[in-house]
Amino acid sequence: MSDWLLEAQGLQSFYGSSHILHGVDFRVGRGETVALMGRNGMGKTTLLKSVIGLVTPRGGRVAFAGGEVTGQPTHRIVRRGIAYVPEGRGIFPNLSVSENLRMAARPGPGGRRDWDFERVLATFPRLSERLDHGGGQLSGGEQQMLTIGRALMTNPDLLILDEATEGLAPIIAREIWGIVREIKSSGIATVIVDKNHHALTALCDRAVVLVKGQVVFEGACAALKAQPEIIQRHLGV
Amino acid sequence: MDFVSFLIQTLNAVQYGLLLFLVASGLTLIFGIMGVINLAHGSFYMIGAYLAFALVAQTGNLFTALLLGIPLAALLGALLEWALFRHLYKRNHLEQVLLTYGLILVFEELRSLALGDDVHGVAVPAIFSASIKLSDTLSYPVYRLVISAVCVLLAIGLYILIHRTRIGMMIRAGNHDRDMVEALGIDINRIYLVVFALGVTLAAFAGMIAAPVSSVFPGMGNQVLILSFVIVVIGGIGSVWGALVAALVIGFADTFGKVLVPDYAGLAVYLVMAAVLLWRPEGIFKS
Repeated sequence: MSDWLLEAQGLQSFYGSSHILHGVDFRVGRGETVALMGRNGMGKTTLLKSVIGLVTPRGGRVAFAGGEVTGQPTHRIVRRGIAYVPEGRGIFPNLSVSENLRMAARPGPGGRRDWDFERVLATFPRLSERLDHGGGQLSGGEQQMLTIGRALMTNPDLLILDEATEGLAPIIAREIWGIVREIKSSGIATVIVDKNHHALTALCDRAVVLVKGQVVFEGACAALKAQPEIIQRHLGV
Repeated sequence: MDFVSFLIQTLNAVQYGLLLFLVASGLTLIFGIMGVINLAHGSFYMIGAYLAFALVAQTGNLFTALLLGIPLAALLGALLEWALFRHLYKRNHLEQVLLTYGLILVFEELRSLALGDDVHGVAVPAIFSASIKLSDTLSYPVYRLVISAVCVLLAIGLYILIHRTRIGMMIRAGNHDRDMVEALGIDINRIYLVVFALGVTLAAFAGMIAAPVSSVFPGMGNQVLILSFVIVVIGGIGSVWGALVAALVIGFADTFGKVLVPDYAGLAVYLVMAAVLLWRPEGIFKS
């Protein structure tokens, strides 16, 4: 078995009848921060959903932490140590802030309990002022903090952030990036999708660029920054 | 109406409403969370009543019958969820209605084969067989008060389960976004199994404790089913709290309708429903 934490090979995924992923290979090392880039509709979200089984790939395989997880139900895949923050955040508006956090709590792989209710509140002090508020009453930034906090409650080895700062005011987005850096330094691997390429390449270790469901670039973020034409050609708007 | 008659009718209305709540709470959870229209839900009430009848005939005691009947009902619920209902969640409502209507016919036929089509009675347990004297001519049976008290305790228990426990949080979260619950590492199918089995058990339990006050007869689930759907719609789909309030409203409308305007009693419940829906189209408590 390889040393990769997450290793997806040759993923073929469909959304209805449209073929979205055309044989995508995607890997994340332990503790690594990977930027998943590409314009809208290129397959980023489908790739992330295929990894955790919310979309069932019709071809290819996925391994996580050395174990084959292809075709397993989502809850079993993520229990191996993946936390997923979806685009649009996935807050439960009918649960309070405190319930959103507590319902997700579980020890991580190997029984690790680094993150608990208290540590999440210490990381996101704003949430501790709103524990009894409904999840739906929070501002966009607070909701994103809540989903990230909820993800950390599962003590993951890999955190997936789809559209980490979408729709957030710049000052709130900066706060989120600060938290992402904190998570990175705590040793949790992350996969991040975000429209802010500048902020993203400033902190990622490796980047993967998708165009029409195929990987067109994979390499160190430093290498990507040195080749602005790649960013221009595949990511420019 | 004098005060004592009024008191008696009020107690009856509360007891009937609470009993309906036990059936409707499961129905609203199953409808709200899994999105399944379960026409067979009234059958579980009927099955509960016949279970009570058959088990009392065997054991001679309603308490022993309950002790055996409750796990049997839970088992039936879990089995049905696993074998049939789990395949319905993503189907459209027509297919759900077809299967669950078919189940009504199957359950009635099985009941007919096993226990016949006669009307039966179940004796009130001896320790609750007394009546409380309210006036020279009127008294109120203790057993009906016991039914109400048990239903209130169950309603409190259900409230705590849904609003104060982690599994309750998961149930409510599943009501909103099933994929997100799965993505947090929670087996949503197991939550559904628990909710379904709980709903079946509550409905069957209602039938079991109702058996001594209403007779046990073929098709007894149908009337309860229709009233339960009225309650679910009035209360707001998926809201247990709404079901409780709506069940009491329906209990009063039905009981007092029969006393005050006996010729039009059948209309009372539906007039109340129409009025509530004009006032709040999504029910009293939208979940």
